[in-house]
Amino acid sequence: MVDLTRRFDVLVIGGGNAALCAAISARRAGASVLVLEGAPKFYRGGNTRHTRNMRCAHDAATEILTGPYTEQEFFDDLLRITGGQTDEELAKFMIHESKDILNWIVEQGVRWQPSLGGTLSLGRTNSFFLGGGRAMLNALYLTAEQLGVDILYDAEVADLNVEHGMFLSATLKKPVDGISEVRAAALVAAAGGFEANVEWLKEYWGEAADNFLIRGTPYNRGSILKMLLAKGVQEVGDPTQCHAVAIDARAPKFDGGIITRHDSVVFGIVVNKHAQRFYDEGEDIWPKRYAIWGRLVAAQPDQIAYIIFDSSVLTSFMPTLFPPIKGNTIAELAGKFELDPDALERTIADFNGAVQPGTFDHTILDDCRTDGLTPPKTHWARRIETPPYYGYPVRPGITFTYLGTRVNKQARMLMKDGKPAANMFAAGEIMAGNVLGKGYAAGIGMTIGSVFGRIAGREAAQNARN
Amino acid sequence: MTVCNSCRYCEGLCAVFPAMEMRRAFSDGDLNYLANLCHACGACYTDCQFSPPHEYNVNVPQTLAIARAESYAAYAWPRALSGLFARNGIAISVIAALSVAAFIFGFAAFIDPEVLHGVHTGPGAFYKLMPHNAMAALFGVAFLYAILALIMGVRAFWRDIGEPVGRHADAGSLFQAMRDAGELRYLDGGGVGCFNEDDRPTDRRKVFHHLTFYGFLLCFAATCVGTLYHYLLGREAPYPWWDLPVVLGTLGGIGLLIGPLGLLAEKSKRDPVLVDQARSGMDKAFILMLFLTAVTGLALLLWRETSAMGPLLALHLGVVFALFITLPYGKFVHGIYRYAALVRYARERRMMMGHGS
Repeated sequence: MVDLTRRFDVLVIGGGNAALCAAISARRAGASVLVLEGAPKFYRGGNTRHTRNMRCAHDAATEILTGPYTEQEFFDDLLRITGGQTDEELAKFMIHESKDILNWIVEQGVRWQPSLGGTLSLGRTNSFFLGGGRAMLNALYLTAEQLGVDILYDAEVADLNVEHGMFLSATLKKPVDGISEVRAAALVAAAGGFEANVEWLKEYWGEAADNFLIRGTPYNRGSILKMLLAKGVQEVGDPTQCHAVAIDARAPKFDGGIITRHDSVVFGIVVNKHAQRFYDEGEDIWPKRYAIWGRLVAAQPDQIAYIIFDSSVLTSFMPTLFPPIKGNTIAELAGKFELDPDALERTIADFNGAVQPGTFDHTILDDCRTDGLTPPKTHWARRIETPPYYGYPVRPGITFTYLGTRVNKQARMLMKDGKPAANMFAAGEIMAGNVLGKGYAAGIGMTIGSVFGRIAGREAAQNARN
Repeated sequence: MTVCNSCRYCEGLCAVFPAMEMRRAFSDGDLNYLANLCHACGACYTDCQFSPPHEYNVNVPQTLAIARAESYAAYAWPRALSGLFARNGIAISVIAALSVAAFIFGFAAFIDPEVLHGVHTGPGAFYKLMPHNAMAALFGVAFLYAILALIMGVRAFWRDIGEPVGRHADAGSLFQAMRDAGELRYLDGGGVGCFNEDDRPTDRRKVFHHLTFYGFLLCFAATCVGTLYHYLLGREAPYPWWDLPVVLGTLGGIGLLIGPLGLLAEKSKRDPVLVDQARSGMDKAFILMLFLTAVTGLALLLWRETSAMGPLLALHLGVVFALFITLPYGKFVHGIYRYAALVRYARERRMMMGHGS
């Protein structure tokens, strides 16, 4: 049983990767730590349960990484995918710290495995968790428990008592043993973004947000973020920015996980509900482009789109959770998606007519392209003409939101007036917007969580004991 | 399978997921193959974000356990006896009881009570109660029958899981599978350990299984050595306690005492969500048979020079006979099918790595 009458050194709100790294790091620095996880035990850890790897800089190949990934290359990648919208100093700092995280996280019980089959391009840059994110999370919880970190589940926080940038206590929604006020000398907020809060998303997206699907936990409603911003913490990031990908429209509203994502875009064409193409499906290799398709579909009427391809590429990509919809003719397939059959036939005929001869190779930027077509398909363009025809309906799937709390290199929150908070720190999705202004690179979410979590825990512990 | 094949996070945990990923569609034979490749370590349940209460409700250990038990019945030989796999606990108990009763009755009916309750020591003491040739013939036939039935079963299994890799096993795959089975490589959660009562990894089941399996092998070795002594060296049982058959048998017997008790203890703690509840009778029956074999054998060893030897011999022979004839119709078959699956897996891996055959 946890004694809530005492004043903890460090209170961690949240129970995922960032929160646990903070808790473990604070505990190892000698602090007494309490973790408040708002979800029940099975759903602990927010979106960490669905992750599979992290992206860390490393100077040489390792047992599981096939080659080096220098800090410079990592930074260049980050600049490119964010279009320069990042806190450069903080990003460089994070990338530098990520090198040691590879070892530190193993010392906390996490295990690696060789990169998953079907993700060849990530084998050099990303380290995959043995057993996936939930295994990684379980290992961190085990370590935290063994170190003596106190943990409470179903422990949603209803209010934060903050005065002039100084955290005093948190109020539990459901009292434990009659106690609702949890006091601590320092706070680490690692409670996720607001991706599961459709009402809040609607403030920025309008009715379109009703057509979004939330890929992960239904528990990240952003209540802690909202409280912090209301208490004078400086915000960072564009409220419409997020990590979103195209997922199967048949996926559950929440928590469908990674398996609902579609990676077949490069093998066919994508049309909206008017059977019109709207973006270059072959712009770049898929690992570098998949992260823009969520927003692309979000911008289409009714936030729906359809990946169309033929039987010649049916087995060219990883098996999908939901089977593709099949039509023996294009018109039949159109009918199943309630698309105008004439319009779809025309789109495909125009596409086929523009395809130039070339040598198809999906592992490189090949020379199969279209000519005189808007939008073009600059690579991997092949005629769609071998029946039966297949399609997947897709909608935007949100992973996490980028609006968050601004932090400095100590993972310490900055207040609206620019001054660092007295005793409040943040890690994970709730501050990812500092590094990710827009765009995404596979695995970077976990890096943000672990790096800033570890720092936040250490700094919070030091803060508490001063 | 569809969920697992599109997720693949468990790829590094054991042999099942890499084998699954080599396929896009699954036939019944494929499912039996994967089910028998699974060692029930439980790691894929603890690691699965889609396990209950998630709406996808994925429970690989239990699903494969059920498929596995169904495969035992499906490949049993002769087909008429496959029904023994249903309500197996009761079937085994009844057969064991009848067997023991038959031996006790047989001894009582055909042997002079003075001989039965007398004290016999020195070489050949056992055979005053049952002639050696009769014992060897009876148990030889029982054993050979069991071997035949097992071979017929695994043959049907091997045919079913054969394509597309082909049916011929090469020496390399056989040895790889022996090593994988001998060290229980895939009862390991990918190196983290297995899961039993909760989400904390533990290797206890593995240790108890090693004690049981190697205990069994030692007892088998003891019998073989005794047979060689008898026919090659003309030396008759019982042997001195320091002699090879007795040393092997005692060590084996100790393994078969601690191992099965440990396995039963772990089983009683196991999280029910991982278990194929309908077949737990089959598992317990076999564990108990092994345990009784050891108990009666060690009891016979300890009291072989007293007047209790006769009844104890009847008891031990009854249990061993029942064990032999039920070998193809109970949990024992898991070892044979799993070994065959491992051979196939070794072969698939080698072909994938380009070593071919």
